Order: sequence, then C-alpha cells, then structure tokens
Amino acid sequence: MNTIPFRGIFMGNDGFLYLEDGSLYKGKLFGSMKKSEGEIVFSTAMNGYPESLTDPSYRGQILVITHPLVGNYGVPSKREDNGILTNFESEHVQVNGLVVSELTEGKKRGYSLTLNEWLIENDIPGIQGIDTRMLVKKIREYGTMMATIFSSDLKPEITERYDEIDFTSYVSPKVPLFYYGNMNRTIVIIDCGVKHGILHQLYKRGFNIVRLPCNVSPSTVSDFNPDAVVISNGPGNPNFLKDKIEDVRELLEYKYQTLGICLGHQLIALALGGKVEKMRYGHRGINKPLYDVNSKKCYISTHNHGYAVTKIPPEAKLWFVDPDDMTIEGVLYDNFPIISVQFHPEARPGPNDTNWIFDYFTMRYLRT
Amino acid sequence: MKKILVIGSGAIKIAEAAEFDYSATQALKAIKEEGIQTVLFNPNVATVQTSYTFADKVYMLPLNVEFVSRIIEKERPDGIMIGFGGQSALNIGIDLYKKGVLNNYSVKVLGTPISGIERALSRERFRETMIERKLPVPPSYSARDYNEAIEKAEMLGYPLMIRVSFNLGGRGSSVIWNENQLRKEIPRALSQSYINEVLLEKYLHHWKELEYEVIRDSDGNSSVVACIENLDPMGTHTGESVVVTPCQTLDNTEYQKMRDVAIKVAESIELQGECNVQFALSPEGSNFYVIETNPRMSRSSALASKATGYPLAYVSAKIALGYKLYEIRNSVSGSTCACFEPSLDYIVIKSPRWDLDKFDKVETSLGTEMKSVGEVMAIGRNFEEALQKATRMLDIGVKGVFDLNFIKSMNKEKAIKYLSEKRPYWFLSASAAFYYDADTEEVYQVTGIDKFFLDKIRGLVAFAKQLNANPEKDMLINALKLGFSQEQLEEITGLNRQKIQELTENHEPVVKQIDTVAGEWPAQTNYLYLTYNGSENDITFDNNGVLLVGAGGFRIGVSVEFDWGLISALSALSRYIKNVTVLNYNPETVSTDWDIAKKLYFDEISSSVIMSVLKKEKYKSVAIFSAGQIGNNLAKELESNNISLLGTAGSCIDKAENRAKFSELLNKLGIPQPEWTSVTTSQEIKSFIEKYGFPVIIRPSYVLSGSNMVIIENYADLNKYLSRSRVISTKYPAVISKFFKGATEAELDCAGDGNTAICIPIEHIEEAGIHSGDATIVTPPITLKENTLSTMLSQAELLVRELNIRGPFNIQYLIKEKPHVLELNLRTSRSMPFSSKAVGTNVVDLGVRGIFEGFHSSSQVLLNSVSWAVKSPQFSWAQLKGAYPYLGPEMRSTGEVASLGYTYQEALIKSWLSASPNNIPSHDKLILIYGDSNRDILIKVASNFTEKGFTVITYDKMPLPNYNELDHKRLLFYLSSRKIGLVVTDGYAINKDYEIRRSSVDFNIPLILNAKLGFEISYALFNVEIFSYNELKEYWLAEYSG
Repeated sequence: MNTIPFRGIFMGNDGFLYLEDGSLYKGKLFGSMKKSEGEIVFSTAMNGYPESLTDPSYRGQILVITHPLVGNYGVPSKREDNGILTNFESEHVQVNGLVVSELTEGKKRGYSLTLNEWLIENDIPGIQGIDTRMLVKKIREYGTMMATIFSSDLKPEITERYDEIDFTSYVSPKVPLFYYGNMNRTIVIIDCGVKHGILHQLYKRGFNIVRLPCNVSPSTVSDFNPDAVVISNGPGNPNFLKDKIEDVRELLEYKYQTLGICLGHQLIALALGGKVEKMRYGHRGINKPLYDVNSKKCYISTHNHGYAVTKIPPEAKLWFVDPDDMTIEGVLYDNFPIISVQFHPEARPGPNDTNWIFDYFTMRYLRT
Repeated sequence: MKKILVIGSGAIKIAEAAEFDYSATQALKAIKEEGIQTVLFNPNVATVQTSYTFADKVYMLPLNVEFVSRIIEKERPDGIMIGFGGQSALNIGIDLYKKGVLNNYSVKVLGTPISGIERALSRERFRETMIERKLPVPPSYSARDYNEAIEKAEMLGYPLMIRVSFNLGGRGSSVIWNENQLRKEIPRALSQSYINEVLLEKYLHHWKELEYEVIRDSDGNSSVVACIENLDPMGTHTGESVVVTPCQTLDNTEYQKMRDVAIKVAESIELQGECNVQFALSPEGSNFYVIETNPRMSRSSALASKATGYPLAYVSAKIALGYKLYEIRNSVSGSTCACFEPSLDYIVIKSPRWDLDKFDKVETSLGTEMKSVGEVMAIGRNFEEALQKATRMLDIGVKGVFDLNFIKSMNKEKAIKYLSEKRPYWFLSASAAFYYDADTEEVYQVTGIDKFFLDKIRGLVAFAKQLNANPEKDMLINALKLGFSQEQLEEITGLNRQKIQELTENHEPVVKQIDTVAGEWPAQTNYLYLTYNGSENDITFDNNGVLLVGAGGFRIGVSVEFDWGLISALSALSRYIKNVTVLNYNPETVSTDWDIAKKLYFDEISSSVIMSVLKKEKYKSVAIFSAGQIGNNLAKELESNNISLLGTAGSCIDKAENRAKFSELLNKLGIPQPEWTSVTTSQEIKSFIEKYGFPVIIRPSYVLSGSNMVIIENYADLNKYLSRSRVISTKYPAVISKFFKGATEAELDCAGDGNTAICIPIEHIEEAGIHSGDATIVTPPITLKENTLSTMLSQAELLVRELNIRGPFNIQYLIKEKPHVLELNLRTSRSMPFSSKAVGTNVVDLGVRGIFEGFHSSSQVLLNSVSWAVKSPQFSWAQLKGAYPYLGPEMRSTGEVASLGYTYQEALIKSWLSASPNNIPSHDKLILIYGDSNRDILIKVASNFTEKGFTVITYDKMPLPNYNELDHKRLLFYLSSRKIGLVVTDGYAINKDYEIRRSSVDFNIPLILNAKLGFEISYALFNVEIFSYNELKEYWLAEYSG
C-alpha cells in the first residue's frame, strides 16, 4: 500500500496532562518531548494559533485551544516590515505548552513548517487526544491552576506558582530597540512583552518607536523626549510587580500622553490607586463584546487577560465594559493624558474593529 | 407598532426550501413576544408557520403583488417584514414599494430599507457600490441583450461566468468556456432575469468560496456570526457544495481581512438585520473578491444558526423591531448578550442531498445552478467523524465515506472521471480514488478542493485499510472516533457485531452541548450531539421521557410537511409527557430549532443512535410516527431490540409495509385490492402480464414517494424497464400489480385509537397513475359518492382494529367501481398539514390523543371542511436543467401550496396560481395544447379556451384537430418570445416534445402536464364568480355570506 500512513489524533507517544487538582489525563505527545509546567488557561479563538502561541502574554502558561483541530494551515515563515513582525507577535513560541483535541499537520502553500515541526524547533511540548471541552469546564469551575505536560504517569510535583514569578523579565528586551518611522514623532514603549501587532499599528501611523526594557527608570524614558508613551501588554501577575507600579506612578508624573494596553492598563490603574484582581479563569478569545459607555456602541474584540481592574482609580472614568460579565475593559482619566484598555486593539489574532483606538490615541494627544 | 405583516416564501422549490419556514417562524416568535399582532402571508400549507403557533392570522393565497396588496388593504398592518421569506418575499416587497402600496397604506418596511436591498440585489448597482467603497470585486460587465453580451465577453476573455440579476438559486447562471457556448446560453439567462439583465464575470477557477454571516443593527453595531467554508471551489453553487464551519483553512490575516470587508458590505447596503457576504479567495490566499450578498435570511444563515447555536432570524427580527445588538440576550447560553461571535468547539459539515436520478435527461454535473433538494448537517469533534455522519445522514445507501460496496463498484479511472465531471457526492468518489491509490495532487487537479480536506479523506481511507489488516481493540476504538459505524466496521473487518462490541468494550459515545461559547460560560442549552471524541457527558439525564424522531434530510417526497408533522406531534405529546426530546439532523427545519423542544439531539437517525440516547436518558419509548419512511424502516429493528414504540407496534407497521403480509391481511379482511404479485426476476414479471394483461405498475417494497415506481403499458415499456439494472433483486423483491387506467385516486388522513378512526377524505383531480405527491388534491371530495366514502371509512376501521392502529395514519385508495386499498401508511403523511388546515383540526394531534386517551367513540368519524380546499404541487423543472417535465407514479414535485375558497373552482384557481410560475394568461397570448394521451379531454380544454376568445394552437407532431398546427421550430420561437401564455399537454412523449416542454419551463411559461387538471383549470378560470380574501380560520367557520 503506497498511500500515506494515517496521521492525526492517534499518532505520537503516550503522554499525560496533570492538573493541580490531582486529575491526570492521557493523550499523545507532540512537539518537544520535554516535561513542562505552567498555568493552564484556555482560548476560544478558532484560528490564528501562530499569533497566539508567539504572544508574550502567554509566557508561563499552558494553552488549551477549544477549537478541536489545530495546525490546519501550518506555520508561515516570518515576515517583517522594517524589523517589525507582521505575522508573529514575537520572535519565538512563548507558551509553555499546548493542549489540543487534535493536532493536524497541514501546511498551506508557501508556509514553511507544520505546527508540530515548529514546536519541535522551539522545544515546546504539546499534547493531543484530550477532551478539551471537559478541560475547559473544569478550568471554568475550579479556576486556572498549575498543570504539567509530561511523558510518565507518575504524578509530578508542582514546582512554581504562576502568580509569584516576574515573567516580564523573560520577555522584555535587555537593551533599547529602535524603529524609524516617516514622521518626526517618537513613541516610547515600556516593553513588558509587547506584541508586534502593537508595534505595527504605531509604526503604520508613521512614528519612530523606541522599545525600552520593562524595568527602565522614568528618567531614562524622559531622555528620549517622547511624544507619547505606551505601556505594553505582558505576562504575569501585576500585583506582584511592586517596583514597576512605582516606576509607572513616577512616569505618569511626567504627564506624557500615555496608552496602556492589557498589563499596561492594569499597572496604570494600580499606580493611580485602583485595584486589580485575578479572575477565576480570565478572558481569552477573539469574539468578545465590548460596550463603549460613552458612544453606546459595541465592538467585537480580542482579549487575553487573567487579571482585571476591579476598582478604577479615583481619577478614572469607565470607558469600556464587557457586557457579559461587566469586566472593566477600558478607562479614561480626567487629570492625566491617559487612556488605557484591557483588551487588544491591535487584535492579531482577532477582529480589527478596535484598531481605531490607536487613531484615537494619536489624534487625541499628538495633534495638539 | 401594533400589527406586522410577515411575507413567507411560498412553495418549496429548489433553492427556496424549508429554511424559510424556520426563519419566518423565528421572526413571528420574536414579534409575538413583544405583544404585537402577527399576520402571515404564505400559501405553503405544509409549513409550521402557517399553523397558528406564532401567527395570529394566516393568509394562504397566491404570493403575488395583487393578492398581498388586497391583504394590506384589509389588514392595515403598521409594518412589513420581507427578509424572512427568501428571494420571493424580497421581490414582492420591492414591487409593493415601487407600486406605492406600502406608502399608500403607511406600511413601514422593517429591517433593511428598500434602498439597501436594491443596492444588494441589482448586480450592477452592487458592483458600483463595492467599487465606490474600494471593496474588491471580480472584473465583470453587465449586458442587457444578446449582442452586448457577446461584445462584453470578448473584452473579458474566456472562461467566464454568466449570472442573472434578481434571482435565486443561481438560476440562469453557468460557466462559459468559449463563444459558441455563450451564444447558446445567453437567451435563456436573459429570460430568467427578473429585470432582463445578465452579468459576465471572470471565472475564478479553483478559487475557494467562503460565506460570512453578518448581523448589524441600526447603529451599525456588527458581528460576524459565522464563516462557512465551501469545500467545493468557486463554480459550484454554495447550495450544491459540501461546506464546513467554522472555516478550517484560513489563517488569521485572510479571515480578518474578509471579515472587515464583510462588515463594510453590510454597511454599504444599510443592513439592519442579517446578510451573508460571499467571497472568492485565491488558492494561495493572497487575493479575494466580494461575490455577492443576500440582504435577508438565507439558506446559509439558517445553516449558520444551527451550526453555531446563534439564532440569526430571531435576533434579526428583534433588530428590525428597533433593538440594539447588545440589548438582545444570547438565548442559548442564557447568560451572555447577542453582541459576540460564536466560538465552536466542534466541526459542522453540511452536505446537499440530490435526487437527480428521478429525472429523465437531467444534467448530472454540479455547477452554478442549484439542483439539490435538501441538506443534512452533521456535528463531530473531528472532520472525519462529522463527514462520515453526514454521509450516512444522506440516506443514499452508503455506510459512510468509506463504503466498500461503493468502492468495489468503482475503479480509479472511473472515480477520477466522476470527480472531474462534478458528479454529486464527490467525497465518495474521492474515497474510491484514494482507495485505488490516487494521490492528493491528482484529485486536487480535477476538483480544486483544498488539499487539507482531501488529505483528511485520504487518511481515512488509509486508516480503513490498516483496520482491515489489523482489526484489534485500539484500532477499533480509534475507528469509532473517526466516525465509523458498526455496519462499516463489520464490513471492513469481517467481524460480527457482537465480536466488535466485545473488542471495543461497548465503547459509548458521549453527549456534548452546543453553547455558542465553546464552554467558556455555563450554558442552559439542551442543544446536543453525540461524539466518540470525548471523555465526559456535558449533561445529566432525566429518566422520564420519550424520544421523538424526525424525518431527516429532505428529498423529493420528504419535505417540510414531515416537519409540520413532527412539530404537531411534539406539542401534542408535551400535553402527556414532561420530557419530549427530539432527534433530527435537518438544518432547514423548525424541529431542529433548540428553542422548540425541551431537548434536541442533532444527530443521526439510526437504531444505534436511538438506542444510545434511550440508554443514556433512560427513556422507555420512542415515537417514530413523524419520522417519515426512515422511521418505519427502523420500526422492526427497534422493536426487536426491546424498544417500545409509541403508538402502533413495529410488528404491525411491518404488516402494512411488507406487501405480501399486507395483501394477505386485506384478503383476510375482505378488502379489495388490485391483483398483484411479488417478483424477483423478469420472468415472473412477464408471467404476471400474461395472466392479467397490461397495464401494470411495478414498485419496490419499503418506498416513499414512489421511488423507482413505473407504469408499464406495453412490451416496449417493459423491455426498457428491465434494461435498467437497479430495479429488482432477491433481497428487495419488487411488486407488480394490475393498474386501472382512468380510475380515481382518493385518500383518508386518519387518527386511530386502536378501536376506531377519525378521517378526512381527499380526492385526487388527476386520474390514477400520478403520484399522490404530484397530484392536485381536493377536500371535500368532488366526485366520490356517499356509499364509496362509507365503504372507505369502514375499511379504515377494519384496519384500525386488526392492526391496533394508534396515532396518525393514511390510506390510499383506487376507486374503480368500488374502493380498492393501495397503501396503508402508519405514520404522518404528506397530505396531513393540508387536510388538517382544510378542516381546522390537526390530525396528528388527534392521533396522539388516540394513543393516550382514545376517542371513546363507537364508530368512525368523517371530518369534512365547511369550505373547499385544494392543494397543488410545485415543480422545480426550471432548476433541473435538462430534465423532461412529466407526471407519473414516481414523485417529482418539490413542494406544495394550498388555498381555501367558498367554491371548488375558487379554491382550485387560487391554489394553482399559488404555485410558480402559474398565472392567468392574458388574451393576447396563445394557448398551446397538444398531446396523444387523454386526447379527448385535451380537445375539451381547447374548446373551453376558444369559447372565451383565446387563440389555441397545437403541435403538428401531436396535434388536436381543427387548430392551427405549428411545427417544432415555430413553437420554440413562440415560447422563447413569450407569445405563448399557457401550455397544456398530457402523458410522456420525450422523443417528440422534449424541447417544447423544456422551453416552456426554461422561459417560465405555465405548463399543465395533465389533461384532466387542464380541463378543471380551464373551466374554473372562467367560472369563478367571486374571489374571497379571507384568513385561514374564517374558512373553517361558516359558508361565505358575501
């Protein structure tokens, strides 16, 4: 028989997914065969896995994708626009592990690797043949928890707590990075793990971009004499980043025009006296409603957050909420030139309906 | 807003089917919830919407501007909804607007405004709009006449595609490879356009086709509810395509770029409600074009609703009433709002169902025109599971995508040939091609289907081969996960059922919910499916209930009337049983709306699924009397597995279905029947004919809609019949019976309680020999004598007692001096919605009462309607390119309409006019009447017309005496130039008048295919004194008082 061997859910070595609550599930391993630990979270996005898997905000997490087939079109070669990636969110895979119902090994015309090959290249393990819906329901009930993907059925010890690690230090650049646009305007990004989607949105609008390490001091920021500052998205527990909150508070004193996205939004809220709490299982998907309380319009947006602002700072005014659970998704400030959003206006993956946030940001502050 | 008029889609025809019953039903429900009065206009008697579930008033009248205007004048609604009745409703809405009717009576168009609809529907204006807004469209030109078309084609180059403006189901469109072909196609395409306009566009060879379903409110809040990926590339109508949702091969960039454009398209047509936007995407994904939009609920939006759990029609109706997207709740999750995009944690596959082999000379290759008559939808947790389920759901005699019998009937060359000819059910041919070692590239080259899907099918075939070589435990369990059924496993492994169950340790499927949110929020939904790819059930089970089985995918002979039966049974059963759970898999229907039943299993209708569900739910019984023939075919098997059937016992159903047993029973009861015998060889057929003479009728046992049923009048017919290979075998013997020429057919639609029956009598207008589904039928009977009716009734009672019939049933009679029983159908029947709506009593409901309460009556009851009701068939000849229009014992109509009136003639004319393209010919048109069969009657038809001043012409090859005889060429010219306003003929003369009949239907000229019907129509046309415009209920109450 010279037909191809059957591939799919039954291929690969046996492996296991262990959850902190004690449950153990058997599946088939793919990607790297190494043991890997992380906080288990799920995303309901049905495509865009190359973007999701390279999103630095997923650092330290094992990602469950709820759509049953993952890998259908393979993984493209990196494309860039003046050093900014246009089809990945960072240089390499960021998740600690991937859990799917079925790994498919498609590769569309012009794409370089299958998902499996890419994960091997990045030394990241995956496991398939798991009832991911059951897993989602479990996470929904129990909340996010630690998990391990590994090849033996001996229960592993949990060695780390996601909430007690500063992941930004892993994903933030060590040195400043520069991108020159076609305008004499500069935006400094406090890079806690910025998605290239954000860089590209700003770059497209003509700005010079300076990416600074997350732990940069406010005075260093001022050395660049920025027209505006973006405090980026990134992984981990914002309440744990005490120093950074302090830095942000100080930075805000400079009254730069500021946009906070995701972790950036949370850090600003904390710096100005708001409260951020861990959500039971977070929002991760590209189908989320947003309601703009000012314009009374609604949008579909990309979310990726396990924490949320639960009390806004005294100076802040509510801007966006998620009407499903009333999570605060964006705020405006009265006495500061700050706007901040919990969701991802740069999308990638996801709908571009809120790209206008970047226009709003640049128009509101930079034309004056 | 106090009163709203909703326009339905009329009769079911190819490309306008039951999905509009579902859409309008949801819309009516959304309106009624607001306390607004609902008025429905739809002559489709078989629908659920024309029952009074959500409509306060129902008008069953011809769906045209004149009749709708009358009703607007009478009812004075505040608003009108035209987006829930397909293209027919939209066209009527535009006409009403243009003629000023809506303005005159201050009727507001709710939802997308007319200006937006027009921009979407005229291809030229749509194109201009797209270009204005810098949205990409394929290069194309429009043409309004023959020469312009040729000229523009030259500019564009070949291959190209012709499309017709203002049309449905892609009628009149086709792919053109050269100028000769174009010259042939243009006249037909032009004539089929509502506004005499065609569009010539670049043919996008092997481009992918995608549909985005957009919902948008009056503030511009939009969401894209689904993206449907067509597996068949551009060039195959989406109604003819196998589709998958969510889309599987698009990356984020492609998906989002088209999503952005879809929202802009919706904005450009001022959408307020729902539309679908169709895209073509180049195979490498770098380029895409907007192809079209439908500014209304469509087939794909009905599918998208069922596939995602997002109730598009309901939300769209709420938007039309002025709600904002974020103000509407997501009724499936119960906890979230309607402004979101569903996330699916399963795969949905839809396959069309064709019935092309019922038609003589029909073109069998799939193209830009829709020919399928139904569809099935399958849900699985992987592609293979969903596709294999879908294949079985089609009920075309294959066990799955991998079917050894089918594969053995093919070889590689034949499979590749079928694929390149675009024959229906390409996945079966692909599976055979891969079995014979074709590679993916080879199949891609001839089909253009994305290799991702082809590799999946190829992998499935490879797996089946491995399984055959190695049928052990793990492989078998994996096979279940890939959607292989028990029967497939038996065939592949050669093991018996018991051994397989032993090896797989009775591995059971699990129940999963469809909740629109991929599990992210707790959902109250009871919209369920079964899968072998899961480790836990989503729900807990209630153990007291009944499983009500649906009729599956529609095909010729099984259509929306069976869904009406199911919904009627559901509401009746709910009076007696708390938990009535529905099992069905037809995405077009009301019954698969998860709002309708307490629980819905959207899955295969097979004994193994039924048994799995019963076992899990701990239900004791199953109701199959609304499941059409699928149900009756399962009766015996279910009963032999100790499952009790609600209503009549399986063993009794078998006695009625099995010809030999039934005949014996009739003899025992002394009920006359035509002479017959069971045959397995052609010799047996010949000896029967020698004994009883011609004509005879031959039918296989266990059939619905007369599949393969023929009347044989002479030795020439016989030889032709015997040369067709599929007809008889020892496993499935056929039945040959004596046929009475010119006899009358009649029916009783009944409800039984084991003791007696309540019956509604029906008479066929066409003589015996024409399938009851294709006949024009009337109640009360027009010619049946009282003693005939009372004999029929007492025969019904004898049968009820003998077989302990409980529930709805139907008896078909042949009246030749006395009633002869032809068939006993122990289930809901096609005519029941008609008979029920004619008399104002639901027969299915009565049947359920019969099961649970009994009628406590000492003798049978005859229900007669106060006024007259006539049901007419709707044919889809024009859609079925090349098919020869004629009537016979095999059913060929696709839908039906009915009207009530205070005289038989009034009801007949209104009913006939309700089927398209029927209309009353004007005096400047010629009437063409010809034919060799029933010639005496045809002559009378002709004189009826001449008496009223019409010019009758006839055909020189089959002429009527004393009329102008025209030759074939002249007639074709008169037909194409629409000088002929009506054609009446009879019988079957494919060698003489093929092109005449074909041209009539291609040019939308009313065609009457039976002399007797022609006579009744020609008489009634000139003898109706007054037309009444009443709503259905009024006809139940009293006779017309003027």
